[in-house]
Amino acid sequence: MLTFVAIIVDGLVYASWLFLVAVGLTLILGVMRVLNVAHGGFYSFGAYTAAWGIGIYFERGFPDAGSFFVLAGAAIAVGLTLGVLIERGLLRWMYDRDEVVIALITYAVFLILEDAVLLVWGVNPYFAYQPSTLLGNTDIAALPFPNYDLALIALALVIGGVLWWVLTFTHRGKFLLAVIQDREMSVFLGINVSRVFTVTFVIGAMLGALGGAVTAPIISVTPGIGVEVIVLAFAVVVIGGMGSIAGAAIGSLLVGLAHAAAVHLLPQIELFVIYAVMSLVLAFRPRGLFSQAQMRRI
Amino acid sequence: MTADRTIPSIAVALAALAVASPFVPSWVVFIGIIALAKGLVVLGLLVLWRTGLVSFGQSLYYALGAYAVGLAYRYDGLTDAFVAVALAAALAGIVAFVLGFLLAGYRDLFFAMLSLAFSMILYGVLVKSETLGSTDGFAIPVPTFAGFKPGDASGQVMLFVFTAVCTLAACYGVHRYLASTAGHLTTAIRDNEIRVEYLGYSVKRAIHTKYVIAAILAGVGGALVSMSVGHIDPEMAYWTTAGEFVFVAILSGPASVAAPFVGSILFELTRSYAMQYTPHTWHMVLGAALLLVIMFLPNGLWSLFRRSARAS
Repeated sequence: MLTFVAIIVDGLVYASWLFLVAVGLTLILGVMRVLNVAHGGFYSFGAYTAAWGIGIYFERGFPDAGSFFVLAGAAIAVGLTLGVLIERGLLRWMYDRDEVVIALITYAVFLILEDAVLLVWGVNPYFAYQPSTLLGNTDIAALPFPNYDLALIALALVIGGVLWWVLTFTHRGKFLLAVIQDREMSVFLGINVSRVFTVTFVIGAMLGALGGAVTAPIISVTPGIGVEVIVLAFAVVVIGGMGSIAGAAIGSLLVGLAHAAAVHLLPQIELFVIYAVMSLVLAFRPRGLFSQAQMRRI
Repeated sequence: MTADRTIPSIAVALAALAVASPFVPSWVVFIGIIALAKGLVVLGLLVLWRTGLVSFGQSLYYALGAYAVGLAYRYDGLTDAFVAVALAAALAGIVAFVLGFLLAGYRDLFFAMLSLAFSMILYGVLVKSETLGSTDGFAIPVPTFAGFKPGDASGQVMLFVFTAVCTLAACYGVHRYLASTAGHLTTAIRDNEIRVEYLGYSVKRAIHTKYVIAAILAGVGGALVSMSVGHIDPEMAYWTTAGEFVFVAILSGPASVAAPFVGSILFELTRSYAMQYTPHTWHMVLGAALLLVIMFLPNGLWSLFRRSARAS
């Protein structure tokens, strides 16, 4: 029973974390058809900025509760700066290239960002545990769980909900859906696709940075944290179907629960259970769970 | 039409390098082995790339090749280079043959992602297997060559010559393959799959074959690197290793079978210097170089040679 509760709660927490780091990736992929490897770079920048900001914040002795705004602020700042810089400065000149080539371009950006992190913050780890310890623990079936982790579940629900609401009920969201469906037709209908791209990329970058920022309090922020995250996020996105928000949610849940079950029941397979799930899903649904049929081009 | 001088040129270049190898410092020989061995992996990527497919999981076969050598030594005491390479090629080939049935149905990003997933599975297995040294991996001795056991210094030179011979054989094989009908299907598939089907060829089978070829080359490359370094660890299967191969492939360009080796030698030389002088900006240099090549030399560094050849 205890193991069961642990698997469910750990699984949900891990799934929420996965959703937070993957949703920005799937958004950019769906709208722009860009597999953004630089997402891992946004994640590390978000984590470092947040950890650094939290450090300064508590050093100055500001009220504790405000530290959560530091996390959000770090994500927004990083997303805006890097997002605008990379989309306006680099990617927009590359959209006529092959999808795989664009993925490689973002891979190059990722490599550059990885070292930029080192240049800005050095090689020593940063700690920003305060927001996490601030919230205390809750006992679920006699097992203590950090409230911060449970708050991640709430945050993932909120982010997912807001995105779903924007896409389904607002004007701009419907523009976005139109662009996902048919880019050329959207241009004919008067949608400013180039601006939609910029906005999407910036939002995606913010979400990536937010993933890093909210993770910073529960890890030690060290060089190379983005490398692992990027493949995990890919796995989730591929399982869910590229560009589907609902798919990313289901993919995160699947992977999160599978991972938690592996950790508690069969730790030998913990490291690759995610990729095993991904291979299985792709073997039976070649384009992921929530994907639309594709036309074959002649 | 001029005679095709690709293979003779490669043979002359490799022979020159092999003759020079006993007279240069050992670190140069070492870099030479690594560069040629990794060039073999990239050569495999070139075969795939010509069909428009990019595998982000060649590290799977690279690591399999290396571990084939390691396991053969550990459980059977085998140190012979010929046997090791044959084993590595066989293991990589068999695994690729099996996985190929699944992968041959995928294109674009899905192909890249699924191959990446397979390599990460191997990584996870290797990290968790404590009998194989987990993240530390384990050491393997200097190889013997058909019963002959060279000393430490001459061992690397022997291995270099051996690597050069493997390289030449691989270049010859791949060059012949690409010039054959099946080989010409590569670009045809990239341009228009359905028409290739109409011509009566099976696209799936063609891609399957290319995938197996690429895997065998990666396995051999992994085996050679492991014998030269004398150590293997799960990092060889990690996705960043595969990313590096893709990087060199883009850098070199798909134009010629010689391009991967030129690209790989340049890459390894740059790396050893960059690591020494600017250890913290090495990735930045890589990233910038990759961006520049993609923007200004879409066909890789090899197109520089082509351009100068046309100018003269």
